[in-house]
Amino acid sequence: MSNLVLFPVVIPLIFAAILMLFPKKLHMQRAVAIAGVVATLASALVLFSKVNSDGVQAVTLGSWPAPFGISMVSDMFSVLLVLSSTIVTLFVLFYSIPTIGMKREQSFYYPAVLFLMTGVNGAFTTGDIFNLFVFIEVLLMASYALIVHGGEKPQLRESIKYLLVNIISSALFVSAVAYLYSVTGTLNMADLAVKIPQIEAVGILTVIAVLFLVVFGFKAAIFPLYFWLPGSYFAPPMAILALFGALLTKVGVYAIMRTYTLFFTMNTGFTHELLAIIAILTILAGCVGALAYFDVKKIIIYNIIIAVGVILFGISQMNAAGIEGSIFYLVHDMLIKAALFLLVGILTVIFGTSDLRKMGGLIKSYPIFGWTFLVAAFGLAGIPPLSGFPGKLLIVQGGFEGTHFWGSLVILATSLLVLLSVVRIFIYAFWGEPVKIVPIDRKHYLSMFVPTAILVALTVVLGVGAELFMPFISDAGEVLLNPSLYIDAVLKE
Amino acid sequence: MEIVMSVAIGLLFMAAVYLMLSKSLIRIIIGTGLLSHGAHLLLLTMGGLGGTAPPVVADGVSVSDYADPLPQALILTAIVISFAVTSFFLVLAYRAYQELGTDNMELLRGTEDYE
Amino acid sequence: MRTNDVMLQTATKVVTFIILMFAVHIFFAGHYTPGGGFVGGLLTASAIVLLMLAFDIPTIKKILPINYVVLTAVGLLIAIATASASIIFDVPFFTHAYDYFDLPLFGETSLHSALLFDIGVYLVVVGVTMTIIQTIGEDE
Repeated sequence: MSNLVLFPVVIPLIFAAILMLFPKKLHMQRAVAIAGVVATLASALVLFSKVNSDGVQAVTLGSWPAPFGISMVSDMFSVLLVLSSTIVTLFVLFYSIPTIGMKREQSFYYPAVLFLMTGVNGAFTTGDIFNLFVFIEVLLMASYALIVHGGEKPQLRESIKYLLVNIISSALFVSAVAYLYSVTGTLNMADLAVKIPQIEAVGILTVIAVLFLVVFGFKAAIFPLYFWLPGSYFAPPMAILALFGALLTKVGVYAIMRTYTLFFTMNTGFTHELLAIIAILTILAGCVGALAYFDVKKIIIYNIIIAVGVILFGISQMNAAGIEGSIFYLVHDMLIKAALFLLVGILTVIFGTSDLRKMGGLIKSYPIFGWTFLVAAFGLAGIPPLSGFPGKLLIVQGGFEGTHFWGSLVILATSLLVLLSVVRIFIYAFWGEPVKIVPIDRKHYLSMFVPTAILVALTVVLGVGAELFMPFISDAGEVLLNPSLYIDAVLKE
Repeated sequence: MEIVMSVAIGLLFMAAVYLMLSKSLIRIIIGTGLLSHGAHLLLLTMGGLGGTAPPVVADGVSVSDYADPLPQALILTAIVISFAVTSFFLVLAYRAYQELGTDNMELLRGTEDYE
Repeated sequence: MRTNDVMLQTATKVVTFIILMFAVHIFFAGHYTPGGGFVGGLLTASAIVLLMLAFDIPTIKKILPINYVVLTAVGLLIAIATASASIIFDVPFFTHAYDYFDLPLFGETSLHSALLFDIGVYLVVVGVTMTIIQTIGEDE
């Protein structure tokens, strides 16, 4: 019984409510928002050390006994994701202060970010499938507010489609929950993990599992449900895009990982095979997009889709290497995507355009920025010793140990395409003939560049010090591989 | 009773899909409303229709004639959420209509800032 | 052209108070019977909307000078604070306390900390609904 599990969810909620009281006081807004995220980060760190020393933490709301009340569960996997999402939010917040514009800051930008954080951390922490729906709706409401924030024409146009897609997927979510409840009679994830193996009607459970894959697939942008992502993510400003790219699809990925390891394991021959095939198709579709566009935003947006495919392929293998690789890659991808979006954001500010063909020759005037970008690009592609490498290595190893060696081959081959897609940005923007750039003063540039550079440095630490982080990753993987650890923690006594 | 509910749910989903495939934004919003109603009814039906049985176990009520209260709690939550989302959607549609001057989805394809 | 809305305005002056009273009734009824903060909040919001329809928004704003966003925030804070009080007593989040008290006039009454939570919900619902309606209603 420990309320500590809830702190990373409740603290941003309290700060968001406080921020709504004085929307016009600019400096207070910034200070309180950053204080809120720092407090969340501190509580996440405390929770992390607690989980590390005492194992899985669980609390059931309202003092109800476990399968009846709503459980909140924090295992190593979820606390790692809470920690990385909080870190990402903190740096994006620092980046948005100089870039997002005063008008947006004064119309509830910071409360929306904190509400988004409440939803994301809650979705990572909850141990109840309907509560997962509620937290996903919380983060979606915040994301609706953020995607139209500022009300520019393309934003309004794209947010209509974003909203519509998400409403449909929410209705499907409710339907899937209804089917699951009628078959199993419970919605508590730990209880589901106990009940599902006892049910003989494997066919209907497989249908439900696939329905959940569709629901979470909308959020995670898997093939062929990613169609909404490139258009919608293109519209909002870069800080919001970085937040979305780093966090939103990851919630869908997390939900698939959790459900497909904890309780939808009754027919792995079909469901996980399907997941592996979809994952590979997602990677291929993402690669086509990443290579086809000359727009820097689009290139990174399509790279989100590629990463989703890679992570899901690791999970579909259901062996230690694959799952540990997926967890590592998920954490790495949150940090590196946020860093890349922020870097690309600085590029578009400097050139005043996001079209690659109108860029060039930046390495002379901004050498440090150029090399930072190259490091981040290599990290994304997974060049050792950077952070993309250990995760991808484990996922590929998982594929070879499992039955899908062809999937591993595709991942290896597409790594080159990923590298090509980001190095293309480097070549076009930093080499070649210098073009006219928008003059920005040093202070403004540094206020954008410093948080970004720290984020890139963090990914380098994650890659170089992979040996240091590996014990936590294998801890997290162990809970996913042995659902009994999770079940015992929730249904104790 | 379950059969009647299933037919009703099917009709709601059918109408919702029909409306959402139209070009006018307001019809699409009405369609999403119907879609969530269908999903809520489905949740209620799937949780087991308890008839007139009480949703609490008290003295003199055996477990066999007791209505499961959980689906009702679930759809209450889902209704509140869909209420919030639908009203947000209406505000958004209104703003979009003001800014863009149209509610025809055909004209809102919008790819002019891409290549 | 100004329409003749004497009927509506006269009726509204009476009906608004009936709706508000009913909202209070529904709000407290939520303790053991159907009702509660959400429904009560919606009823209150509908009473205010009726006023806005019968008269006009600037008039109502003068009568009820409430910033509905702040109202939402206050409601949220009350709700979270009630739920978080359980942290101080080291019981799981959202655990409620209740007891029976002998109150003057009311006799034996059960008081429940869920009521405080519901007040928060009530304020949030009124705040959010009115914010939405004002956003659409303000520009002609």
